[in-house]
Amino acid sequence: MAVKTQRTRMRTQDSIERQSNFLEVALGYSYDEAIAEARRCIDCKNPRCVLACPVEVNIPLFIKYLLEDALDEAFETIYKDNILPSICGRVCPQESQCEGACILGIKSTPVAIGALERFVGDYGMEKHLADTTVPELKHKKVAVIGSGPAGLANAAGLRKKGYDVTVFEALHKFGGVLQYGIPDFRLPKNIVENEVQNLKTMGVEFVKNAVIGKSLTIDQLFEMGYQSVFIGSGAGLPSGLGIPGENLSGVYFANEFLTRVNLMKSRSFPLSATPVKIGDNVAVVGGGNVAMDAARTAKRLGAKNVFIVYRRDEASLPARLEEIHHAKDEAIDFRLLRNPVEILGENRIVKQVVCEIMALGEPDDSGRRRPVGTGETVTFDIDSIIISIGQKPNPILKDNTFGLKTHSWGGIITDENHMTSIPGVFAGGDVVSGAATVILAMGTGKEAAETMHQYIQNKKT
Amino acid sequence: MYQIMAKKTLNKDVDLMEVKAPLVARNAKPGQFIILRVDDEGERIPLTIAGIDGDLVTIIYQKMGYSTQLLGKKSVGDFIEDFVGPLGKATHIRKKNHVIGVAGGVGSAPLLPQLKAYHDQGIKVSLILGGRTKDHLILQDEYAAFCDHIYLATDDGSVGEKGFVTDVLKKQLDSDPTIDHLIAIGPVIMMKYVTLMAKAHGVSVDVSLNPIMIDGTGMCGNCRVTIANKTYFACIDGPDFPGEEVDFDELMSRQSYYKDEEHMCFIDLDNHGR
Repeated sequence: MAVKTQRTRMRTQDSIERQSNFLEVALGYSYDEAIAEARRCIDCKNPRCVLACPVEVNIPLFIKYLLEDALDEAFETIYKDNILPSICGRVCPQESQCEGACILGIKSTPVAIGALERFVGDYGMEKHLADTTVPELKHKKVAVIGSGPAGLANAAGLRKKGYDVTVFEALHKFGGVLQYGIPDFRLPKNIVENEVQNLKTMGVEFVKNAVIGKSLTIDQLFEMGYQSVFIGSGAGLPSGLGIPGENLSGVYFANEFLTRVNLMKSRSFPLSATPVKIGDNVAVVGGGNVAMDAARTAKRLGAKNVFIVYRRDEASLPARLEEIHHAKDEAIDFRLLRNPVEILGENRIVKQVVCEIMALGEPDDSGRRRPVGTGETVTFDIDSIIISIGQKPNPILKDNTFGLKTHSWGGIITDENHMTSIPGVFAGGDVVSGAATVILAMGTGKEAAETMHQYIQNKKT
Repeated sequence: MYQIMAKKTLNKDVDLMEVKAPLVARNAKPGQFIILRVDDEGERIPLTIAGIDGDLVTIIYQKMGYSTQLLGKKSVGDFIEDFVGPLGKATHIRKKNHVIGVAGGVGSAPLLPQLKAYHDQGIKVSLILGGRTKDHLILQDEYAAFCDHIYLATDDGSVGEKGFVTDVLKKQLDSDPTIDHLIAIGPVIMMKYVTLMAKAHGVSVDVSLNPIMIDGTGMCGNCRVTIANKTYFACIDGPDFPGEEVDFDELMSRQSYYKDEEHMCFIDLDNHGR
């Protein structure tokens, strides 16, 4: 098997220039670049990429259409399985999914499937190709809680089956983590708004400022005539380090920091109403995508020195490779094998973080080598610190819904049909799995649309 | 969009509004709060619910920062962009015999439904109301409808006792052994000193905390407070907490972190103006 050319690199915004703006970093393929990359696909007999995709997009087929200059068909091929191609093309961890399974990756570099999906998705968005035709309403109401990836996929699936779908969102904008969490330089908000608009065009009703469990309970939704309820409320509750000094001023959870900047537009303060302040020296604790987002956002707000503090080694960083590369290009400093043990302040405002120096021990349950404390510490001077070590499901629904069974860590327990312990109430996405990816959330939302349909059909008879 | 159905000036700094918000009104209970954004560019500001009437939600706010001043410019018939709730936990009504509510400034507004809820349980309630001047003592008529006694205190002595609410409270605690619970809502420093006094007299006290918050649904964690040496989120675990267990000094520090930035959020809008 002859490996053709090397992978076509995606152009990026200049690494110095982009540190002072929030414009998208990865610029996408031109038509010629997309074709050049698509040619690398060998259309193998056993396309493992499809199985490695949580929603099983027919990747070889869309690439084939792309090569035939049949872009509309390429878009339709993706859209059939993935209603958010422009988003997934940008934020999926392709190296551990489709691209990780690509046969070319064994001897060379895998086909840049994510970049191709983005190219085709953006083409479809520009040409308004998303199929928003829907069947007549069958006058059965279903409720979707949360307008993030799981809720959007679920709402689309149910509307296409003829249901009268209402999406309830707690915040004032739709999109969930796509809106409050992921920064514009990685996912421009007009893309999220476009996807929500497509669902509105399909007749899905969106209600903002509705905190289910508070504004309305699930029982009240059933009383109002909703036949079934999908919970896609995500994993929005931040986890703390549990170390001394965590409540000093200047200690942020990544959620707060990113929500201020993304949702509340504090990067424009004082031209916007919500401020944010971080100072010159910013530590970000954690090694995932959210940590990379927080660090790169801090840089763009003008912080001079931004560093990641992570207790394991570089190979263990859970963030997407692309984000790690972009962060390094933006002069984000990685201080690895450092575990924060105390945050020190002066007049109750953060001043320093004390970290224990870690060494790598035996592999743990995750297969990564366990970080072991050496007893030695190092202290860094900081003006603010952003804690980004994970999120758990929000407890509001659990606390206000009698009979809704959850794991001890807060995740909702579901059966193989995505149904919770309450008949007719389904759940999917991060609220079930714990913090995971956009595509996995979409996948369960989509599957639950099928099982909710079956449930309602069976109930009727 | 949420329409303003009524508006009343309580003093030169403080207004009352009734806003049509069925999704807030339906399940709201005493002690809970809302978050509003005046317009599509606005910040999210938390305000305690001061009353419910059908679909109407009463809020009382002090025109201090940018957003509350912007809100103050709205008139009856105008619309507010966002209005979400009810957030937070409802007040836990304890089995008590004689409860004294202590309110400082606009803390009078969030205290009203709580003290009323105690009264509705057949519990004897009294009020100590404090403020800078006579004009700053709001909602006296509303309290008079159900309170056993109302005691007033002003900084300038323009009405009631010249001094702090704690001065009046001390006299009551010293002279009336039937008092077995306090609810204090106002500036943090006031709640702190009321709590110290309650402790000294062996009386329980509940306070309503007002840290900076953004989403109000447990997401941002900005509103974390230390209660009995454990971290809680005021938005989902509170806003009411037993005063004896609150780290008030930490709360004051966290509240003042954005003081230099002119726009600040106060959950109870209970800024005493000092």
